[in-house]
Amino acid sequence: MTQKKPVYFMGINLRKLRKSIFSKTTYRGIVAVIATVILWELCARFEVPIIGMIPAPSSVFSSLVEQLQDPAYWECWVVSYDRVLSGFIIAQIIGIPLGLIMGLSRHLRDLSFPTLEILRPIPPLAWVPTAVIFWPTPEMSMIFVTFLGAFFTMVLNILGGVKNIDVRYIRSAQSLGSSGFDIFRRIVLPATLPSLFTGMTVGMGITWAVVVAAEMIASRSGLGFLTWKSYVAGDYPVIVIGMISIGIAGYLSSAVIRLLGDRLTPWRKII
Amino acid sequence: MQTEQTLSGKAVATQDVSVSSISLFFFRLKLWMKSPTPYLTLLGLSLFILTWWLTTEVWQLPRFEKLPGPVSVVKEWVSEDPAYGISIYTPEYYEHIWKSILRVLQAFGLATILGVPLGLFMGWKKTFKDYTFPVMEILRPIPMLAWVPLAILMFPEREMAIIYLTFLGSFFATTLNTLLGVESIDEAYFRAARCLGAKSRHIFFKVVVPGALPFIFTGLQISMGFSWFSLVAGEMLAGEFGLGYLIWNSFILVQYPVIVIAMVTLGVIGWSSSALIRFVGTLLMKWQSRGSSL
Amino acid sequence: MTTSTSTICPTGTSEMHLSPQPVGKLSIRNATKIYDPDGVNVLALDNCSMEVEAGEFCVIVGPSGCGKTTLLNAIAGFHDITSGDIFLDDELLCSGTKQAEPGADRIVVFQHGALFPWYTVLENVTFGPLVQGKMSASAAKKEAEEILAQMGLKGISHSYPSEISSGMRRRVEIARAMMNNPKVLLMDEPYRAMDALTKTIMHKNLLDVYDQSRKTIFFITHDLEEAIFLGTRVYVMTTRPGTIKKVIDVDLPRPRDYKILSSDRYLELKQEVIESVHEEAKKAFEAGEREMA
Repeated sequence: MTQKKPVYFMGINLRKLRKSIFSKTTYRGIVAVIATVILWELCARFEVPIIGMIPAPSSVFSSLVEQLQDPAYWECWVVSYDRVLSGFIIAQIIGIPLGLIMGLSRHLRDLSFPTLEILRPIPPLAWVPTAVIFWPTPEMSMIFVTFLGAFFTMVLNILGGVKNIDVRYIRSAQSLGSSGFDIFRRIVLPATLPSLFTGMTVGMGITWAVVVAAEMIASRSGLGFLTWKSYVAGDYPVIVIGMISIGIAGYLSSAVIRLLGDRLTPWRKII
Repeated sequence: MQTEQTLSGKAVATQDVSVSSISLFFFRLKLWMKSPTPYLTLLGLSLFILTWWLTTEVWQLPRFEKLPGPVSVVKEWVSEDPAYGISIYTPEYYEHIWKSILRVLQAFGLATILGVPLGLFMGWKKTFKDYTFPVMEILRPIPMLAWVPLAILMFPEREMAIIYLTFLGSFFATTLNTLLGVESIDEAYFRAARCLGAKSRHIFFKVVVPGALPFIFTGLQISMGFSWFSLVAGEMLAGEFGLGYLIWNSFILVQYPVIVIAMVTLGVIGWSSSALIRFVGTLLMKWQSRGSSL
Repeated sequence: MTTSTSTICPTGTSEMHLSPQPVGKLSIRNATKIYDPDGVNVLALDNCSMEVEAGEFCVIVGPSGCGKTTLLNAIAGFHDITSGDIFLDDELLCSGTKQAEPGADRIVVFQHGALFPWYTVLENVTFGPLVQGKMSASAAKKEAEEILAQMGLKGISHSYPSEISSGMRRRVEIARAMMNNPKVLLMDEPYRAMDALTKTIMHKNLLDVYDQSRKTIFFITHDLEEAIFLGTRVYVMTTRPGTIKKVIDVDLPRPRDYKILSSDRYLELKQEVIESVHEEAKKAFEAGEREMA
């Protein structure tokens, strides 16, 4: 019996890769997805109640070809991404320091945690009207609501991360002679990074959900509005295109965060 | 046994010492009262309300002056003859609350009844997972709120569309967490059960279900949050009753204090529903809570 | 503990106890196992053969990753072997074409323990007979209480595993196994994570169980002192691909206690095993270094 050696290409085990691509799981997945699409088409053709109301994949595809050539469609992407990023980044800028401070100082935590806990269960979209009243432009109110969606998740994840740092790490750093800011920079920050990225991934998901809904409720642009407008205008296949676009956009954003997280926390086991 | 200390200063003891739970409770209460925590908590909350009051009602800072202040909100809330028709004395208030709760109950119930068995099954039978998981993974990145127009289109009645939206939000969270729960069960438990002569159905009911229970309840808590999240959006866009509708309608009718009343009500109900699930979870999982009760 | 004269043997009639023909003979012939994770073939077991007599306390020692657990898993029926045969009491258990079915005649005590955390001690111990439908709930309960009492585990029947100490958990797991009157007890480094003091108590306890029941015990460890102290025979395995390198008869008298730890014979045997294992451990270590590089 000979032992086959793994073949590596750019750090990827090719044998493993080949095995996972040509596995039963992949094959079954492809079968399932194709079956779903065929079923969906049939339901639409035969006007099955409820599910049959969803525009058929064939009509979605033909109108997708039109949309892809329309600059207005791509404009929607830019506008939505702009909102998501603004809200998300502001949530990071405010949420990360706040979470760190709350994790490190027990008094500040006691002082601010209850208020956060009271505000958190209020669904972000319930803030839409208040935001519209308060902020001078609709754009700002939309970004504010988006910000809220990611903010609470960020703060709570970082707070949890800091609180759960094993005290042994801090003690061993102390016995190795570091103190004060050094411990913060070399122990607290890296130890919190994994929960920070967990928070960011979850936060990004909520952010997209909030932006889409807020665009439907209170805006005249973006992917969410595209979807809503198509419903109002009776251009039903575009609803599905809007939904798929939102799905892809959200997925891409999460993928970028995951990639960044894997890069910045290489000591975590990559599964 | 070993104790593991964390930065929050609490030591988690893995071995239990039998102390009467009531005396333990009072002992902890006394400790808590001696610590600065309760006073800082009170101070923090008062600061929050004070800032709200000062900025909106006393100093009436630009932009802030448009927002309803705490005094006007509370006055309206407890007034027997409210200016905008919504207070704790009006039946309409409770009707909105009831309508929202009913919708969440229906949607959440349906999501649980369908999602938990589906997730358990996906985790239990690899073939079943291979066929269902990819479809779910493709649908999952679409936020449930992007479904709003399609939901309205699909269902002949608005009511059904709203419930469908709320259902979608919790369904994915419940199913995926249940699946994760089954997959998190240590292989050794399956092996031990088979060693002891357990058949397939025993493994399902005596290993898969109890083993996945902690994750199922985490999933149910998340999914409850999602239900309220999507419910509000659904009601804002398509409702005829309910707290989300009340918020949107009060905005259009410029009855601003009512917005805050509805928001706070939503927060309280949302929080209570999560707490209820947590409570049921601890009751069902004594084996977890009892082991780490100290 | 020692005052109890009855056997730890659940269907425990006295004839069973005195059964003239002990059961649990294991014959492993040319067992070979190739793993294929990530498209890379790994030879874990290479033509490994051994004969374990019925009622033998057989201890397998060897460096980490030498295929000890692979062998145990094949006997338990958790996976197959690529070629070779394993017989239990002269009946074919598994071969290159047939995977053994896990069953209550070969019960495993796991490395990290596998008491179901969601069941109480009593529910764990009665699990086997109840799912097999062999006993009524009340009979199983009575039986379980007896076995627990014999093992010095009175008064914890209604505790959850998370509420008792790790030493107690391990003993409960052995009680759970003995409830089923298995032919072979398969133990996969059960005392690995324990401190030396707890270990001594565990050893004493396991020896009591063994002396009273004379079950065949297939015990994996890499603690050499433990191996000699407990075992009737010690099998030294080579580093991967694993095969039996040496069999050492431990001719220390039973019942054993800690006095023998300072006996000359014990020290001799220990020296013999250490020399034999050390060589393999060095090879394994160097191989490990290469893999990491």
